[in-house]
Amino acid sequence: MKRIYADLHLCPNLKDSKHVSQIISKASKLGYRLIAITFPSNLTEEEIRRLRNISKEAKIDLASRVDLKPKTPEELIYDLRKLRRRFEIIAVICESKNVARQAAKDRRVDLLNFPSLDFRRRFFDKAEAELASNGLASLEIDIKPLLTLEGPARIRLLSNLRREATIAQKFHVPIVISSGVSDETLMRKPKELAALASLFDLDEASAIEAVSKNPLAIVKRNREKLGPRFVAPGIRIIRRGKDC
Amino acid sequence: MLKRIRRRYLALEIDSGELFDSREFMDAVWSAVLKLYGEYGASRAGLTLIDYDMEKRFAVIRTVHTAVDMVRTALASMTRIGNKPVAIHILRVSGTIKSLYKKATK
Repeated sequence: MKRIYADLHLCPNLKDSKHVSQIISKASKLGYRLIAITFPSNLTEEEIRRLRNISKEAKIDLASRVDLKPKTPEELIYDLRKLRRRFEIIAVICESKNVARQAAKDRRVDLLNFPSLDFRRRFFDKAEAELASNGLASLEIDIKPLLTLEGPARIRLLSNLRREATIAQKFHVPIVISSGVSDETLMRKPKELAALASLFDLDEASAIEAVSKNPLAIVKRNREKLGPRFVAPGIRIIRRGKDC
Repeated sequence: MLKRIRRRYLALEIDSGELFDSREFMDAVWSAVLKLYGEYGASRAGLTLIDYDMEKRFAVIRTVHTAVDMVRTALASMTRIGNKPVAIHILRVSGTIKSLYKKATK
């Protein structure tokens, strides 16, 4: 069976519809069959529908994603309660340790993202991984900084990513590799993203899973949960009627 | 007896609005390999330009089979040639030039 590739982190300028169309068709051309675009939390259903139509034309599946950037764990819980049922993917940008820990243990969070280049502000350590392995969160690694940074900054980033990838694998936390780009020229084919993952010592099979199986599993799980037939994990409505 | 060198040929698409000559292109490839793997790594890659079509933005390079992953990573990390933005995409990898062209034109 042909492998399906996904990029769960594309950030086009949503105000520029031409740019959005270009990014979507480029993703399709590069071999992706599923993409997720970061939407602002106040985006209307109509707007999302319009974007889904554009992706349908490009023969690519679009998942809605929101990036939460809370300052406190309470703010994160509030945002999750408000937005979980509206978006297919919820990513948390972890900028403090408390938020990172809350996000890792909350089963409503799909992706943990650590954007900081400062190793003291990257909170994916063993404790975080253990919490994430008990929950449903995956570690998201954006490739964009690997492409844009140079010299000592890239060296430090690679060293951090190597450490985080090793911890994630040890604790069986799924890794998702995304592009995280807003610019067309920084988009890469799925196998190229996987090749870049070799820079932080991710083996080929795990890297391919990180651009195919792992992101697909998140979207599949959430679509099932958001669907009308879902009751609880493992329980779903098969038929409705008076006496079924 | 010396072991026969197994080679791999990579068909590349140069994704950019600008045109580059073959020298600019190969300099950028070498510098990407050098940046990521250093002089020792670059010396093991055995990179050679086989074919270059500026108008079609198409290139074929050759490397040794043990360095394919390294070259693939270096090509994916390229974002500029000179000051112009660019992305290099690998279309095909093959063991012979003949089958590479056959696969690339499919």
